[in-house]
Amino acid sequence: MHELSICQALIEQVTRIAAEHGATGVERIGLRIGPLAGVEAPLLRHAFPLAATGTLAETAELVIETAAIRVVCTDCGAESQALVNRLLCAACGSYKTRLISGDELLLANLELTLPDP
Amino acid sequence: MCETCGCNITPGNEHLVRAGGQHATTADGRAAVSVLQSLLSENDRAAMHNREHFDRHDVLAINVMSSPGAGKTSLLEQTIEALQGQVRIAVIEGDLETENDAERIRAKGVPAVQITTGSACHLDAHMVHDALHRLDLDEIDVLFIENVGNLVCPASFDLGQHRNVTLLSVPEGDDKPAKYPVMFRVADLVLCTKSDLLSVLPEFSVTRAETYLRNLASTVPFECVSARGDGAIQAWLNWVCDELAAQRSRLELGRTTRPSGSTDTTARFRADEDGVHHHHHHHHHDSDHKV
Repeated sequence: MHELSICQALIEQVTRIAAEHGATGVERIGLRIGPLAGVEAPLLRHAFPLAATGTLAETAELVIETAAIRVVCTDCGAESQALVNRLLCAACGSYKTRLISGDELLLANLELTLPDP
Repeated sequence: MCETCGCNITPGNEHLVRAGGQHATTADGRAAVSVLQSLLSENDRAAMHNREHFDRHDVLAINVMSSPGAGKTSLLEQTIEALQGQVRIAVIEGDLETENDAERIRAKGVPAVQITTGSACHLDAHMVHDALHRLDLDEIDVLFIENVGNLVCPASFDLGQHRNVTLLSVPEGDDKPAKYPVMFRVADLVLCTKSDLLSVLPEFSVTRAETYLRNLASTVPFECVSARGDGAIQAWLNWVCDELAAQRSRLELGRTTRPSGSTDTTARFRADEDGVHHHHHHHHHDSDHKV
């Protein structure tokens, strides 16, 4: 259940950014998570209210965008889609590939409520 | 300084990474802020400080991961005996409860710090940082960080180590790399432990285990070892000594390194959002990795 510790880190990050902008609330939190990040989106959603209670982000909507797994082959240069436990080149079958998407664990964007000027 | 954790985003340059300048406004008048920081940026920052700390004291730090009971502590006990007088070793032990593992290591005559995590299923960089205050790094060549036995969570937390080693013991079955891809993908070395049991567990195929590992696009060494009997961990000892030599050459050049599976996802997305299709910041932090 490291999703709870990740949520706690997320809330700290979000409330710090909200404070920097003088926001009175956080409306929406956008995350981008790859299947190879080792974090389960449903568990994260479940843990979120526990971590958010009593913070500026308490009523925020958590939007999780899943990133596709893509690799580029260092043998033939082809770029292809891959599976979480099969990261081989779809063109030539080589295992000498480099992951170019699919392991991200990012706070992508926020929507904040700002006080009326 | 570092593109990985977002610590390079400061109030002075944040307008550069935030879409539409300081504030873009949505239709209903909310302020939209583009952030692009790793969710683990606090941990990553602490990990970076740990790594600087290791480098300043000429220490090679190796994170040892596996499921519970795969033989991490037994391997370290044998390693300490085998390298006695050649390499000065210390161990940080992570477990939910008990000092048992640290006591086993201390019985071999080397310093050991036990971290008891309570219910936490992994070590994080802050826990390791606290443990470092209880070690004299000037007296250490190689620091082994024995993570909590778990093939899931420890893979996601950088501790500041230079290398990851993942153990797969024969009784666990040869398909563990296919079942736990996140963990095995970040390994710089995979050790098939308890290989003395291969004769009684013929259903475990070493070839199949290695194939599952290669399916993860892993090119790292895969070695069979047994902590029982003499000389059965030689491949592992050679790897440790080679890595220590590599660490020393890097430090002479003022460079450092990170485990091979860790990539720079924030930079990747920043480039995408700019609409620039440039060569990703895939500098892998070190080009001399794995000769």
